[in-house]
Amino acid sequence: MAGASKMTPLARYALRLGDDALVLGQRLGEWCGKAPALEIDLALANLGLDLIGQATLLLGYAGEAEGAGRDADQLAFHRDVMDFSNCLLVEQPNGDFARTIARQFLFSAWRLPLFQALSASADAALAAVAKKAVKETAYHLRFSREWVIRLGAGTDESRRRMTDGLDWCWRFVDEMFGPDEVTAALGGIAPDPATLRPAFDGEIDRALAEAGLPRPPARRAVVGGRVGRHSEHLGHLLAEMQFLPRAYPEAKW
Amino acid sequence: MSRDWPLWEVFVRSRGGLSHKHVGSVHAADAAMAVEAARDVYTRRMEGISLWVAPSAAITASDPAESGSMFDPAEDKVYRHPTFYSIPDTIKHI
Repeated sequence: MAGASKMTPLARYALRLGDDALVLGQRLGEWCGKAPALEIDLALANLGLDLIGQATLLLGYAGEAEGAGRDADQLAFHRDVMDFSNCLLVEQPNGDFARTIARQFLFSAWRLPLFQALSASADAALAAVAKKAVKETAYHLRFSREWVIRLGAGTDESRRRMTDGLDWCWRFVDEMFGPDEVTAALGGIAPDPATLRPAFDGEIDRALAEAGLPRPPARRAVVGGRVGRHSEHLGHLLAEMQFLPRAYPEAKW
Repeated sequence: MSRDWPLWEVFVRSRGGLSHKHVGSVHAADAAMAVEAARDVYTRRMEGISLWVAPSAAITASDPAESGSMFDPAEDKVYRHPTFYSIPDTIKHI
């Protein structure tokens, strides 16, 4: 927390978007070799690698904006859990395939309108990253939406699992749309997160209708990820992700 | 009942003007999912600009046991290759 709050709003913004991508990319990587089918194994790894690519750009830019000489790798591998500012949704454990799909769907349905808005950002670097990410994110949304529909309209078991997955993830949705002092300070550079909500709601409602799934019941929102208050899950994820570069700082591919 | 999804044959068009070429197969629950699986399995390295999938079950194949009668008769018909024509030197792209 101490590290992030001293950064400028622009650096903090790039950092949080980069952290979202990094943590979700790592989570998706956990499926590698364990997915229900080879095709899904590859699909989830592809999604994860798209996200790691976005994280590299965003964290690199955060380091540049910070101006303290930290690059993307240092930000990814040499910060502790309280310095991470990802939203809580992305650090949630994979659960079963349906919960992973629910997490991906909710995340991508927020992230796509965000990147579309950021493509017109007054900050040229953020706009460039966003333009590249729009296409990737549109595919992530399509992939996860198709699965929401198929699991929802599939067997009794797949429907139950999809319902449970969405229900589990739903409490983390509001955090993605909460304005704070960072977004408030970035008028013209970052969209007001609340303005992304109609596009998100429309996307969710269309998919749920097609899947024949109920909208998850409203839950008290859980927040705190943006200011470093994380669930216990993130620490475990970081331990695995950061072990090697910390134990062997000079390690090279 | 098989626990596996049905098999789909995958065809990729590598660039405009070329035809779709068979590259392999994927398992998927339906055609739309087969296209997505094919995208992730076969076009990750910019191999293509267009994808076709077709149910493997819809393909009727020649019988390997009959390959003798099917294909061997072409063996001694070398005249079917257009190699007996002299090409004028001024023709470049042929």
